[in-house]
Amino acid sequence: MNGPIRKVAVLAAVMIFALLANLTYAAVVRYPDLNGDVRNRRVRDAEFARDRGAILIGNTPLAQSKATNGRFRYQRSYTQPELYASVTGWYSYDFGSSGLELNYTRQLAGTDDSQAIDRLIATLSGRQPKGASITSTIDPRAQQAAFDGLAGRKGAVVALDYETGAVLANVSLPSYDPNLLATNDLSRAKTSWDSLVKDPDGPLKNRASKEIYPPGSVFKLVTASAAIERLNLTPSSKIASRRALALPQSSTVLTNEIDCGNATVSLEQALMNSCNTAFAQLGLDTGDQALRDQAEKFGFNTEVTTDVPWATSRFPDKTDRAQLALSAIGQYDVAASPLQMAMVASAIANDGKLMEPYLVSDVRAPNLQLVSSHHPTAIGQVMKPETAQMMQQMMVRVVEGGTGTRAQVSGLVIGGKTGTAQSDPARPPYAWFVAFSEDPKVAVAVFIEEAGIERSDIAGGRLAGPIAAQVIQALR
Amino acid sequence: MSAASLPAVGQTVVYRKRRNVELAMVLLACTLGLGGWLLTEINLHGHAPTSWMRVSALWIGMAVACHLVVRWRLPYADPLILPCVIALNGLGLAMIHRIDLIPSPPRDDAVMQFVWTGLGMLLFAAVALFVRDPRRLQRFPYLLFIAGVGLLLLPLVPGLGVSTLGANIWIRIGPMSFQPSEVAKILLAFAFAAYLVDKREVLALSGFRLGPIQFPRLRDLGPIALMWVACMLVLVFQNDLGTALLFFGLFVIMLYVATERPGWPIVGAALMAVGGWGAYLFTRHVRVRVSSWLHPFENYDQNLQVISGQFGMAWGGLTGRGWGLGRPGLTPLAKSDFISAAIGEEVGLFGLVAVVMLYAYIVARGLRMALASHDPYLKLLACGLSFTFALQVFAIIGGVTRLLPLTGLTTPFMSQGGSSMIANWTIIGVMLVISHHARRPMVATARLDEPTATDLRLDETHVITAKPVPAGGVTA
Repeated sequence: MNGPIRKVAVLAAVMIFALLANLTYAAVVRYPDLNGDVRNRRVRDAEFARDRGAILIGNTPLAQSKATNGRFRYQRSYTQPELYASVTGWYSYDFGSSGLELNYTRQLAGTDDSQAIDRLIATLSGRQPKGASITSTIDPRAQQAAFDGLAGRKGAVVALDYETGAVLANVSLPSYDPNLLATNDLSRAKTSWDSLVKDPDGPLKNRASKEIYPPGSVFKLVTASAAIERLNLTPSSKIASRRALALPQSSTVLTNEIDCGNATVSLEQALMNSCNTAFAQLGLDTGDQALRDQAEKFGFNTEVTTDVPWATSRFPDKTDRAQLALSAIGQYDVAASPLQMAMVASAIANDGKLMEPYLVSDVRAPNLQLVSSHHPTAIGQVMKPETAQMMQQMMVRVVEGGTGTRAQVSGLVIGGKTGTAQSDPARPPYAWFVAFSEDPKVAVAVFIEEAGIERSDIAGGRLAGPIAAQVIQALR
Repeated sequence: MSAASLPAVGQTVVYRKRRNVELAMVLLACTLGLGGWLLTEINLHGHAPTSWMRVSALWIGMAVACHLVVRWRLPYADPLILPCVIALNGLGLAMIHRIDLIPSPPRDDAVMQFVWTGLGMLLFAAVALFVRDPRRLQRFPYLLFIAGVGLLLLPLVPGLGVSTLGANIWIRIGPMSFQPSEVAKILLAFAFAAYLVDKREVLALSGFRLGPIQFPRLRDLGPIALMWVACMLVLVFQNDLGTALLFFGLFVIMLYVATERPGWPIVGAALMAVGGWGAYLFTRHVRVRVSSWLHPFENYDQNLQVISGQFGMAWGGLTGRGWGLGRPGLTPLAKSDFISAAIGEEVGLFGLVAVVMLYAYIVARGLRMALASHDPYLKLLACGLSFTFALQVFAIIGGVTRLLPLTGLTTPFMSQGGSSMIANWTIIGVMLVISHHARRPMVATARLDEPTATDLRLDETHVITAKPVPAGGVTA
């Protein structure tokens, strides 16, 4: 009987081997997916109960984990929650996370590869591993000025240091209290979430950089830059400016809000008075491809690498002549985030060099050792420096004597551009203002979603201009 | 060892007893279970329980008592089976206690399991003390067979059977519930061995040839057909795929070993495939098991148990969360069917692999004693019991780790349940009795059943020859 017994033994060995091989296969192939599955409560609970690092401005924590005796060991809490919600984002058990809480979750949780050694030491020494803290680039003065300036109106403000790309202000209103979502009381978090989601004002939307809107006349900065590069214009070049422009292959007739004459105006005049017909014609003369190329250099249609929550702004793929004319003045299918428009202003102010925007300057381990820090990075040279200087000069003129006079700050050289954009005839128009100042070196975009104003650029400038001025003033 | 140094006829072969090795290994094995228990308590409560001295003394005392019984009555028995069993049993108790602590207030199932372990050890001791000659069990094959099948089908008796989680494999008498298939396993192994030893010549010699393989006569198919029908009844009416496979596998393997005809396992495998396919087509139960094996995530709620077990093991990773630090309680039936998942979660892949290896070791030692036995009945019995053990471990751990569809078999010595515990301890008792018989000193003869040279070589570290020792004789 020994022969068959040996064969049975081989069969038993094969079965045991199959168990071991399957376990090994599971550990290598299945475990990573299983641990990444959101339904894996073990992982989610452990993450939520982790001692996450703080989000700081200077030495002031915006968000930090505090020890509690509740269901989870730590409770995430936010100081000045509404003011900084668009920066920190929320961190919740059931509803995911957003903002820096999302984009830096591995560093904050201490699970990033760069922290592997800290983690190993913590495990070996029996310490609870602790996450790294991150320092934001936000300037609290600018943030507060932007928040106060919006005064509760639906909208957003983004301010960038145009030499480095550091985000100095990032406000989106209406805001919300991330503490309500981060609470360890999960049923209260659910109630809060439901009411925030149902809120018709959309407080969870990050209007500063995660939403895109028709930019209207502020897009004329892109059109003007493209036209100068393509058609070799100068601010004093005369361009056609009809009282009314019948759009090619269309019944639409474009008009101006401010009288721009009925013959020609200088490019500078056209920008100062935001002449629609002049810029529509300029767009037609520059051409579809050149205009799109210029927009894409600024970041439109591009997935820019940045730690700022990013929604890609849009310049339409293919336009006929009428659509091109409308696109040139920021209508039709053109849509941009306030961050994108601040980047347009910052590239102009920085002599054509567009810097990558960033929100976090340093990541520091719990022992304050620097894990990583951001080095200012150029996205590219988006126009010739001379073009940029001409653009700067014209934008300064807009604030000195054009539609943007409301953004003046005595003693400072400020350039700007106003805009209003109609998204839907039934809705009030969006008001825009983008600006830069030479000292402090900052580019600002102000966007007001529901301005309750008549449809004119002067009105846009009147509402949004002072907010930009206040932000610049705060940084002095 | 060369064939030349085989014991000559007339020499006495004396195996080493190695009882001190067993004692040392038993003490080592005790530390595994106790370690798990103490780590759980320390990790959860910060200190060892006040009773740790008493409990440790009790557990070590019980284990050493088992050892002493073996030392006294079965001195030549295999020295490593008992330590493996003690280790597995201790780990199981520790894990059940750990899972007891999850609900609030904690449960005390581990105490009951401890009592069952004690009863199991008593039965083990009773077998060791009173079964002096295991061959006497050969006398009543039909009685044992009827008793075994009767027990197997007992849960189908109205009023006795209890349906738990879709499987009717329990009987309930008053407050006591019992899984009779566990006892039936022992009785049927005895009955098969006795029957097959009796009939093996008839079953082996007659039949027809198909190519190189000899197939049995149709009229000899009676017993296998009967067994198949009994197993199909279990499958269809008790919804218990695992038990059906286990018993049929046991029978087929013993038939093969007894007759040495590969035709039998081929017929058996074909029958099993037909039965399995039929069950898949006609019972919902089997279809559900198969779909939760192949595509667990397609029906999250239905397959919650399998999925949660996977999540737990993934979260445990290679080294586990540590005793008391995982969350095995999230998986339904973590104490019984899914105890290996709980081990994987808290002691990690390494721990689970170690547990599988302990089982593999018991199986290997069991099969080795089957090879070394002289008596065909004991050979067959040892082989059958060892293989059932392997099959059971393969089925349940394979099911939990998604190598196979999940079947409701118990994890021997570990999962919660009294009937399985006492049955398995009894089996170990019988195996050690067989082992003692196989290894006790006896005069080498030229009998037909004498182990061949290769068999002895398998056991070479244990064999010594005594009086007279030839020059250059066999030493260990």
